[in-house]
This record gives sequence, structure tokens and C-alpha cells, in this order.
Amino acid sequence: MDRISVRTLFFGVYGELAARREGSAELAADSTVADLVEALRGPGGLDWLPERVVVAVNQGYAEAGTVLSDGDEVALIPPVAGG
Amino acid sequence: MSKRANDRVRTWITRESLDDFGRFENIVREIGSVEDGALLFFQGRVRRTNRGRAVSRLRYEAYGEMAERELAAIGHEALERFDVGSVAAAHRVGDLGLGEVSVAIAVTSAHRDAGYAASRWIIETIKVRLPVWKHEHYEDGESHWVGAPPLEAGTSSGGSRFE
Repeated sequence: MDRISVRTLFFGVYGELAARREGSAELAADSTVADLVEALRGPGGLDWLPERVVVAVNQGYAEAGTVLSDGDEVALIPPVAGG
Repeated sequence: MSKRANDRVRTWITRESLDDFGRFENIVREIGSVEDGALLFFQGRVRRTNRGRAVSRLRYEAYGEMAERELAAIGHEALERFDVGSVAAAHRVGDLGLGEVSVAIAVTSAHRDAGYAASRWIIETIKVRLPVWKHEHYEDGESHWVGAPPLEAGTSSGGSRFE
């Protein structure tokens, strides 16, 4: 597979700023979390998104170097404020 | 200890009120043991004044399935890290008014030291790990996502303020 598609989720203030709670992104196969973030921040995109944004893949915290697979659920996690 | 770890940890994310102390205590009785001589109970409640501003109400949003998994992981990790018998922890989501319980934690242990340490560790870990966000509404009509990053002027939307 040359391209993969991932589901993106935007929580908290990110959902408000992106004006959407979820979306999808097409990426080259073997793309990483960092590649996705770069693509999202790209021209006409979510330029306010921090370069080192916290990300969860399939409901677990992930590293920038985590390799994504087709169908992954990728959540962009703003600073948490539970408690 | 006769109970397995899964029977000694109970965690959940809920839209329902956590204010009923008796209901929470019943769960503690189910998962605890007569070996535990100490019970520590912690509630976090919606406070009126936050960073000098008068809060009128707030809304917690969670990444539901992940929050359930993280809270369960925190509960089990507490059992491994501290000499405690059982852990119960719950977090509210949705709309909360002033004084309502947003988070409830109970720890039973043979002796008090481990219970105090575990309870403190659980709430501090929830605050850094649990994927839950707080949208505060203020008496002056403004609202704000707590912990939101600073933004340049003009990029804000929906009348919200960001620090």
C-alpha cells in the first residue's frame, strides 16, 4: 500500500480551533506521528498546532517516531486538565 | 491477599453524579478487605474561584475510551507501586455546577502511610495523564479551556479566551 488513511480526533481547545472534532488524513505508507503533525500544520492548515503536540494512537500515548498504519485513530491531545 | 488485582481496582468515567458518598463507599466495601485498617477518601470539587476568576460552571470533556483505559492503568499501577489493598477512582464528564464532585478516589491499605502516598500519587497522575479537558465558564460570561496554549491575537474563535 502506497498511501494510508488515518482518522484524526481533535479534543478540547484543539477541536474549537480546528472547528472540527474529527477528520481524516492521507499519508505516505510508513509515515510517523511527526509526519502527520507536519502535514496538519502545513500550508492552509492548523498552523497553531504545537510542533511537539501530544498525540495518542489507537487510544494510547505515542511518540513522535511512532509509525502509523492504515485505519489508525490518531488523537491530538491538548494539555489535560482533569482532577 | 485473596482477591486478584482486577477485583481490587475499580475505575470509571461517568456523566452521573459522584456526589453520593454512600454509593462510593459501598464500592470500596466490595473491593476492600478486612486486612485493610485504613480507608482514605479524596474528592475533587468544582471550586468557585480559579486563578482569581469567579467560575459559574464548567464542562469536562474526555477522550472516552482512552480515559477509561488510562484511569484503569493508573489504578493498577497504584496497586503495584504502593502497599495498598484496593483502589477506586472515578472522574466526571459533562456539565458540573459549583461544589459538585469532579473526581473521587478511595484507597484502602493495611497501614495509613501507603494509603496517603497512593492517594496523592493517583490524583497527581490523573492530572498529568488522564485525557480529560476542562472548559470553565465565568460569571462575567466568558469561557476558557483550562491549560490551553497561548495564541496570538486574532486567532481565537467563538468568544473564548486563552491564556
